[in-house]
Amino acid sequence: MAVLHRLWRNSAFRFGVLVLGFLTLVAIGAPFLGTVDPAALDYAHINTAAGVRGQFALLDGSVVDHTFWMGADNFGRDIYSRVLYGTRTSLMVGGITALLALGAGGLLGMLAGYFRAVDAVLMRFMDGLMAIPAILLAIVLVAVLGATLGAVVVAIAIPEVPRVTRLVRALVLTLREEPFVEAARALATPTPVILWRHILPNAMAPLIVQGTFVAASAVLTESILSFLGLGLPAEIATWGNIMAEGRVQFTQYPGNVMYPALFLVPTILAVNLLGDGLRDVLDPKFAKRTW
Amino acid sequence: MSAAPQAILAIEDLHVELPAGGDRTHAVNGVSLSILPGKTLCVVGESGSGKSVMATAVMGLLARELRITRGHVRLQGEALTGASARRLRELRGQAMGMVFQEPMTALNPVMTCGAQIDELLKQHTRWGPARRRDAVLRILQRVKLPEPERMMRSYPHQLSGGQRQRIVIAMAVILKPALLICDEPTTALDVTTQKEILRLIAELQAEQGSAVLFITHDMGVVAEIADEVLVMHHGNAVEYGARDAVLGAPRAEYTRMLLAAVPSMTPPPPRPEPRGSPLLQGVGVSKTYTSRDWLGRRHDTHSLRSAAVAVRAGETVGIVGESGSGKSTLARCLIRLIEPTEGQVLWGHASGPVDVAGLREGRLRPLRNQVQVVFQDPNRSLNPRRTVGDSIVEGAINFGATRAAAMEIAASLMDKVRLPREGLLRYPSQFSGGQRQRIAIARALACMPRVLVADEAVSALDVSVQAQILQLLREIQAEFGLGLLFITHDLRVAAQLCDRVIVMHQGRIVEEGTTAELYAGQKEDYTRRLFAAAPKNIPGPHVRSRAGGGGHPRAVNEY
Repeated sequence: MAVLHRLWRNSAFRFGVLVLGFLTLVAIGAPFLGTVDPAALDYAHINTAAGVRGQFALLDGSVVDHTFWMGADNFGRDIYSRVLYGTRTSLMVGGITALLALGAGGLLGMLAGYFRAVDAVLMRFMDGLMAIPAILLAIVLVAVLGATLGAVVVAIAIPEVPRVTRLVRALVLTLREEPFVEAARALATPTPVILWRHILPNAMAPLIVQGTFVAASAVLTESILSFLGLGLPAEIATWGNIMAEGRVQFTQYPGNVMYPALFLVPTILAVNLLGDGLRDVLDPKFAKRTW
Repeated sequence: MSAAPQAILAIEDLHVELPAGGDRTHAVNGVSLSILPGKTLCVVGESGSGKSVMATAVMGLLARELRITRGHVRLQGEALTGASARRLRELRGQAMGMVFQEPMTALNPVMTCGAQIDELLKQHTRWGPARRRDAVLRILQRVKLPEPERMMRSYPHQLSGGQRQRIVIAMAVILKPALLICDEPTTALDVTTQKEILRLIAELQAEQGSAVLFITHDMGVVAEIADEVLVMHHGNAVEYGARDAVLGAPRAEYTRMLLAAVPSMTPPPPRPEPRGSPLLQGVGVSKTYTSRDWLGRRHDTHSLRSAAVAVRAGETVGIVGESGSGKSTLARCLIRLIEPTEGQVLWGHASGPVDVAGLREGRLRPLRNQVQVVFQDPNRSLNPRRTVGDSIVEGAINFGATRAAAMEIAASLMDKVRLPREGLLRYPSQFSGGQRQRIAIARALACMPRVLVADEAVSALDVSVQAQILQLLREIQAEFGLGLLFITHDLRVAAQLCDRVIVMHQGRIVEEGTTAELYAGQKEDYTRRLFAAAPKNIPGPHVRSRAGGGGHPRAVNEY
């Protein structure tokens, strides 16, 4: 509890939590915030200006009163709705990618750090993986796996795995020499239990911090992939593909790119600040006492 | 203060305040002292007594959270409290030199030693390069470093711990400061090196006539070098006076306790020799580390060469030696945390001794309840993320106990190591170092071992706590009939606890014998040198006698 209290006193962490909390509420509450179906097209409203009030014809033929807070795009889709629903995709992609990368990287890092034979082979493979630019690797993976949400998440997570693996491996290399780990060995604790019970919990703090940076980079990478036209299909609204579609007529209608960007930038900033705050509080080099 | 020679350092009623929320309000609570030229004042106290804070206050290097709230510090009459940062910087090095505990961190690892000493001269003098170089060479010679030319060009990591400390001392004394502040300068060093460093400091002091403020926790060092002694406890000056008075006829209860806790070099009368077959035995145990350079050539490091040791039930065997002697390597081979390159490691088992030297971890695990270990650093030997109870039951559960049964065992072990049972639910960070060491002992005992290996198990503890842990080990040994293998660098501790002592040097056993024999007279040259370097027994009338009449030392205030 003392840790939570210290975290809350850290202004970077507080800012990150507040912004992300707000975005999470927006993502969950998207249907109730005056939105329409983000995939619905109403040709009557192609390139509507921001703030215009009107009638929106939904796909099932019903017509609703609607305010186009951020205007509509060149297919007559409501940008406000698309941005809000895009928040769902972005947060989901960020969160799931981070969990995936942490899970895979954590496991591989623990194996590499604890077993020397695994280390030699695995880390050379990771070195190879790191030599490929992350975006390039993600593009290839999406091309191979197809453009579904799952495939995109995996494609973004895989290039992040080597960095997590390296971090965890380095932590494990020092932790395995700690007397409490040696004591556990002397007490005949089986190796998997040692890894799970003695090593993982003590590597958790830096791992969580790394996770926030992975999440931030995942949100960005997803947007880049979508922007390049390799991300999720247009019927799933993401900040990236809203911007990608807005790019064509950016000079006439800059709003199509600006509004999603106004969400994307604070999100990345918030996640990064959250990570900084966590690191400042949890990292022994910054904090007086961690344990 | 009234007499003719002026005190080099005078501290009057110094108060240093701690930030709010700590366990006490002041790190230093009204301490006064003065040191005359050529004299040595030893400040003794256990960890947390405020002795180091006082020294940093004198140097003007207090951490930002600490504040001097009252009192004065005067160096040769000049007030340091309230002096500008610039003036303090001038004084440090020139008027006061400092020697710290850990020479590796006191030196800059990316600068040569010569350049670091030279930097000091550049800061404080207007000498030309040739003159500075001369001075550096001269001081390196003076602190008795071999080949001063080479030392100048060396980086700190290329030198041994003792050599590094000599460099730090060279930096401290090169400008002939009036005051030399030594903060535990020998704590990180081996006894033989400690002896040399203490002698060097004394020589330099005599030569330059400087006053020395020497901070230490070691009463043996105090007995050797002090003119006057100040005993600190919880920030208070408990006792202040001439060495012989304080050590010989201490007035404060705390000083008496502190002195009584110092183990003596004279072993107690021997216990009856144990019978029975060894429970833990090493035969010809060797450990060689092999590395290959970039050409693929082998480089062997022989950490341990053909060591033999045997521990019987109810017996305590000590392994003593300096750092790098191979004593810990031997212990780790015997516990099978590492695999010996050669030799046998026999663990006594119900069905007879089993050679575990080459066993794989899987085969070893069922046998591991025979031999358990307690490590040196109580801060690192318990998993900080697990409750004390979880840590203690781990071994018992690994050997088949149910969780409920294991918790029963843990609770009774808590009684045995004299900690409250409620402690089982708390985390290690809520305990002090000594308490954590008790928890580590309880954890080791939970799977009913027959041999306990204690690797420097009391070395990180204050003397008073050390004495309690040693007593606890004795009791537990008597109760469970444990064999105890005790690894230590401290000959005094070994004298008090061990039945037999093995002396190691450079990976070999150089001498062994019963404690009584060995402490009465050593056969080997190396052993003789080692014993000669150990701090002497505290002189004067025996400290346990509650002599109130001595008169000389002033009990400053009750703690």
